[in-house]
Amino acid sequence: MQDSDYVLEARGVTKIFGNHTALDAIDFGLRPGEVHALLGENGAGKSTLIKVLTGAYQPDAGGVFVDGALVTLDNPLHAQTHGIGTVYQEVNLLPNRSVAENLYLGHQPTRFGLVDHRKMEKAAKTLLERYGLAIDPSSDLGSHSVAVQQIVAIARAVELSGKVLILDEPTASLDRNEVERLFEVIADLKKSGLAIIFITHFLDQVFAISDRVTVLRNGRLVDTRQLDSVSRTDVVRLMLGKDIAFSGATDLEPERPTTDVLLDFKSYGRKRSVHPFDLTIHKGEVIGVAGLLGSGRTEMARLMFGADPADQGTITVAGKPTAIRNTTDAISRGFGFCPEDRKAEGIFGDLSVRENIIIALQGKLGWFRALNRDEQLEIAGKFGEAMDIRAASLDMPVKLLSGGNQQKVILSRWLATDPAFLILDEPTRGIDVGAHAEIVRTINRLRDDGMAMVVISSELDEVVAYSSRIVVMRDREMVAELRGKNINPGVIVQAIANSADEAQP
Amino acid sequence: MKRSLRPLAATAIIFIIAYAASVVQFPGLLSTRVLGNFLTDNAFLGIAAVGMTFVIISGGIDLSVGAVIGFTGVLVAVLISWLGIHPLLAFVIALGVAALFGAAMGLTIHYLQVPSFIVTLAGMFLARGGASVITQDSVPINHEFYSTLTGLIIRLPGGGRLSFIGLLMVAVFLAGALLAHRTRFGSYVYALGGNAVSASLMGVPVARTTVQIYMLSSVLAALAGIVFSLYTSAGYPLAAVGVELDAISAVVIGGTLLTGGYGFVLGTFVGVMLLGLVQTYIIFDGTLSSWWTKIVIGVLLFLFIVLQRIIFAASAPGEKSPEKV
Repeated sequence: MQDSDYVLEARGVTKIFGNHTALDAIDFGLRPGEVHALLGENGAGKSTLIKVLTGAYQPDAGGVFVDGALVTLDNPLHAQTHGIGTVYQEVNLLPNRSVAENLYLGHQPTRFGLVDHRKMEKAAKTLLERYGLAIDPSSDLGSHSVAVQQIVAIARAVELSGKVLILDEPTASLDRNEVERLFEVIADLKKSGLAIIFITHFLDQVFAISDRVTVLRNGRLVDTRQLDSVSRTDVVRLMLGKDIAFSGATDLEPERPTTDVLLDFKSYGRKRSVHPFDLTIHKGEVIGVAGLLGSGRTEMARLMFGADPADQGTITVAGKPTAIRNTTDAISRGFGFCPEDRKAEGIFGDLSVRENIIIALQGKLGWFRALNRDEQLEIAGKFGEAMDIRAASLDMPVKLLSGGNQQKVILSRWLATDPAFLILDEPTRGIDVGAHAEIVRTINRLRDDGMAMVVISSELDEVVAYSSRIVVMRDREMVAELRGKNINPGVIVQAIANSADEAQP
Repeated sequence: MKRSLRPLAATAIIFIIAYAASVVQFPGLLSTRVLGNFLTDNAFLGIAAVGMTFVIISGGIDLSVGAVIGFTGVLVAVLISWLGIHPLLAFVIALGVAALFGAAMGLTIHYLQVPSFIVTLAGMFLARGGASVITQDSVPINHEFYSTLTGLIIRLPGGGRLSFIGLLMVAVFLAGALLAHRTRFGSYVYALGGNAVSASLMGVPVARTTVQIYMLSSVLAALAGIVFSLYTSAGYPLAAVGVELDAISAVVIGGTLLTGGYGFVLGTFVGVMLLGLVQTYIIFDGTLSSWWTKIVIGVLLFLFIVLQRIIFAASAPGEKSPEKV
């Protein structure tokens, strides 16, 4: 690797937030004319690295080099003048303005101080034709599909920067045809010598268009590899951690008698979110859900809970066909859901521990059967003790608690409603080891009490430890159901990586 | 037709129908005299509404407009009548004060991240209070320059008169339309109203644009105040109370989306004319209480908000759900 080859390079970039090291001495080089995939789970440091490369953050150590020269990038606009353009997952353009104006905003051609619309639209038309888009440049951007908007965003970024294009999950909201369209555009840009950083969660897409891949984990550089020399399994292993044991198979929990079917999903799905899936869940069973981020795990959980209503398929609860159109329906049928993003979707930070615990129960009871303070205190106290929530007082705001205790508060909230079916999305993320073990113990205890659960987790060892069965998600599709003996994280990694493999023995 | 043009078209059609219906009932409405008075009587409202259009397109609101009109009227009257300053210099001072006032509001809105509603509400109290501190009474203006300006009229066939202030309003509307649709500043205003985050990522100078928008609104409000003092030949601290609300109504009826991002300066012109028509009709009728104006404006406003909701919500863009292949 000669340094002079790189059009954009990060050398020993370190970024520290408080006492959390988000990036730890990352080296990253980008060659002209290559598509370089950047991979990593949530919190691996991908977006932090991108923010450093585009000037949104300043590195605490190390530096960014453009064409071999050290540069200080003040902000994304400044990065643009160095030739670095970015297209974000959410199209950051103006749906209320014309396509042409979105391409040239801030750089509109003017005559006598007035914007020359005709000239601008002509230029826009020529530019878009290069991307194979034959749309009217004077039409509102918002009247076009997300894919078209995405291409317009790319056209703008390339037009204004021209050396490096950073694509931050550009395919997240596109369908398969649109993705192919986008890939053609990327391939053309690559041919013209542009260097492209491609961030995605879809492994298929990485293998479809990338030349090299860099994997980050926990803020550290795991490796940069030539893509034609690695297999899918290697990449998954790099992302999830090399220390995954590929020997020492564990048996899953014994399956329960099939008489106690609690839930039966039949070709249950939602367009653009989750492919229809079939899943039968028995009482006292924990279904582990494995898959990479963005594989549709969370979408499946939200679908089951009615947070996003299904638009196809049927659901049978305890033998009775029902419809779950919203979360109120789900709660009244005894469902509970602990979401992945605790802070944004789980806790009410400013409310007390007590209020956070009783809120779902109160929601279930309705307006007219308000729990009085004594009842609230009793319920909150009972679960606070049972779950070992460590708070100075039940009346302190829940945002002051640690992540593990917050998670226990959310679990208590649902347990207070006496649910028959509980969905846990990444229940152990971002909490300390002790709380982690307690959560896992609680899951085991609830299962033995006969509760049905769906648990999503990136930690494969943990999934194996408590699941009765494991379903594997990939590309928003349920691709495998693993059951029986001899299940270990290695088998799961294999299932995540393989395209067509069915359940392993 | 573009979606964003539809509310404007609806306003124009409603105006034509309403005008035609009024003319059928009172043929006297169709005269150059009435049309000329339309412009003169609504000049101050129209000028203030141009500034308000920019503010609303950018996603904000300016509640200080009416108070700035009142303050400017008092300031100009005091400068001319008490201090003997020439009206032209008084105008320059008043516009300068308003520019600083608007800039202060814009800076507060941008840097302290306070909603424009609150900041301009404070501005409204400041300006109205300031005017009342200077004087509690109406200050008459008797200056020959004022007589000259009000004497500048173009006589139309049929007895109509195009006054200086009426023409000034038309000029402000034309300049405003040019500014909104043909300059970079105009495109930045729309960009802010569309999505402020995207706008800043696309390189829109958000701080500068925000300050300029509120400066523009206050300066135009001050110009409206000058026009109002020409119209009434006096400055009164409680003048133009609630005019900001009339201006907002005219802007919304003219097809500008209250949430920002869409709108036309010339649509506001039609909105102002529609409000003027309602008032003139009620005067012609003679039996109706003038409060009926408020009721009609209320109904119109409600109608247009519903209309915009339907047009903009029914066809949410980019929402197609093709099957995966």
